[in-house]
Amino acid sequence: MMPVSPFKLSGVLWVLAWRNLWRNYRRTLIMLTAIAVGVWAMIFLTAMMRGMVDDMVRGSTSTLLGHVQLHHPQYRDDPNIVNSMPPPSTSLQQALNSESVVAWTTRVRVPAVISSERETTGITLVGIDPESERPLSFIAHKITEGRYLESPNDRGVILGKRLVDKLETRLGKRVVLMSQDPDNNVVDRGFRVVGIYRSDPSMIEEQFAFVGRTTAQGFLHMGEQISEVEVLGSDYRQAKSLAVPLRQTANNETVPIEVLSWTEIDRYLGSMLPMMDGFVLVWIIVVFTALSFGLVNTLAMAVFERVREIGLMQALGMKPQAIMLQVLFESIFLLVIGLVIGNLSAWLTILPLQSGIDISVVAQGLEMGGMSSMLYPSLQIEDMILATVVVLLLGMGASLLPAWRAARLDPIKALTKH
Amino acid sequence: MSAVTCQGLVKRFQQGDQTIYGLDHVDLSVAEGGFLCLSGPSGSGKTTLLNAIGGLDKPDQGSITIAGCCIDALSKGQLADMRLSNIGFVFQAYNLIPVLSARENVEFVMQVQGLSASERRQAADDILREVGLQGLEDRRPAQLSGGQQQRVAVARAIVSKPALVLADEPTANLDSHTAEQLMNLFVELNVKHKVTFIIATHDTRVMEYAKRLIRMVDGKIVEDEIR
Ligand SMILES: Nc1ncnc2c1ncn2[C@@H]1O[C@H](COP(=O)(O)OP(=O)(O)O)[C@@H](O)[C@H]1O
Ligand SMILES: [Mg+2]
Repeated sequence: MMPVSPFKLSGVLWVLAWRNLWRNYRRTLIMLTAIAVGVWAMIFLTAMMRGMVDDMVRGSTSTLLGHVQLHHPQYRDDPNIVNSMPPPSTSLQQALNSESVVAWTTRVRVPAVISSERETTGITLVGIDPESERPLSFIAHKITEGRYLESPNDRGVILGKRLVDKLETRLGKRVVLMSQDPDNNVVDRGFRVVGIYRSDPSMIEEQFAFVGRTTAQGFLHMGEQISEVEVLGSDYRQAKSLAVPLRQTANNETVPIEVLSWTEIDRYLGSMLPMMDGFVLVWIIVVFTALSFGLVNTLAMAVFERVREIGLMQALGMKPQAIMLQVLFESIFLLVIGLVIGNLSAWLTILPLQSGIDISVVAQGLEMGGMSSMLYPSLQIEDMILATVVVLLLGMGASLLPAWRAARLDPIKALTKH
Repeated sequence: MSAVTCQGLVKRFQQGDQTIYGLDHVDLSVAEGGFLCLSGPSGSGKTTLLNAIGGLDKPDQGSITIAGCCIDALSKGQLADMRLSNIGFVFQAYNLIPVLSARENVEFVMQVQGLSASERRQAADDILREVGLQGLEDRRPAQLSGGQQQRVAVARAIVSKPALVLADEPTANLDSHTAEQLMNLFVELNVKHKVTFIIATHDTRVMEYAKRLIRMVDGKIVEDEIR
């Protein structure tokens, strides 16, 4: 007769593992709870951390960063007016109107000085096309007094609340914007304050003054030139691949154009993503390590209680490998049930929090880091898969020790144990 | 050819500072189709000898051959295979897997042997009927009396018609009627299927069935009577 491989035996081994699991149901329930809570903690906290990073990145990308930017190659070193570029050519426009681009706009963005009757301060002057700007940045949605710009030719200026306070001016008053034209001549022009915006974080309010793009081009003597094209895709994580076709097209233009994703423009913020992935993995492993002690102990107890049966099975001709598999199967049951409960409960607890958690109590400090006072947990299927795979694989690894011990039991000692 | 050959078996146990001879230079050869009873007082080494023959416990000295195959140097896994394909066991106590029903306990060995589900079920139900447990197939060991449990164990030991059955006090928990039934079953298997039996017992009713009766004292064979 051919000896049967332990794997062909798995039917009876699964049955044994399952029934043995419920012999000490209290211990099993405790272990299941521990695994479920651990997995829940892995996923829940990860979703919170992801939510924070999402918030930081969204905040930044909507603050005139976007997902991809196109500029003159020297613009980032020196955002001077001489480092401007022509508006997108027909072929570039075609690329910008492709499927993967959600929205794009052109801007003038130069350093300038703003003066009221009382104060003078340095700012960044941003000339926008109000309609195409709307989906890209915060400005259209954050006007708290007055109005948004009506066209690229609008003659008004929109200032942040904090800048208005600093300049001791108000809605309807005039301010003077001063900068350089491409020939290094000082140019200035008066603007009426037509709108006031608030922003989160509020330091932005002191930085940007928004005017119509055509108006800006006119008073700065730029002709059709612009400072940048900003592009928005559907997912900030995909910005790099969004940049690829745009870069290809830009390389064929008559003038040099630099195409960069937001991760390349804001390297600090861009490094948050891989850093987060690392954090998530470390967190999952830390929680798992705590769990693994309980798991190994539970299995060791289960084996210890069944020493005689294990001896009996060996005496009846069951091979050590099959004994080992039986313990591993028991561990798989524990892990899989615990993982299902953990994943489900994480999902169920995060679901009602999708509309955001108010963390304004602690937000004072957080705002410095560029975060808003609402936290939107972000449940990523990849994180759930990662937690599941790590727990399953490492869990089985940890179970090898008690399984191996069970397989090494001496059948006769086991049988005669009283 | 002999079913079992033991040569110069020695097994020592340490009890405190005393060395006890579980087996003291035992030589034994059991013919195929033999029906042998090991008798002797408690502690005389009967169980130790059965365990050594079954490859459950390695003797300190000596050599054992089962069905022409020397088992001295076999690994744990090989011994398990040897038991699976050659030997049916009935232990003195603690015979059944508690989480399996009577039928599943009987099926267990066949499952490990790789028989199909229908074959297993048929064979298990037949043998359980033969040992008088019809209707109790789905009970777990805890729901059976000691005698019933023992019969399940016997059923499991003989269900796959092994060449050799090692039984340690198989009638210890049985009433005389059931004991007689069981012994008749053993005899039938012995006669019809040429199954070799080695039965350790101090039950005189059992000894009456023996074709060969061996008496052990202090790990030594002191009498060997062929009838
Ligand atoms: N694991 C063991 N450790 C120590 N002594 C043992 C062990 N197993 C058996 N013995 C001793 O070996 C002797 C023979 O035991 P055993 O074979 O069980 O006798 P029997 O089955 O004839 O009653 C006894 O004295 C017993 O105490
Ligand atoms: Mg005994």
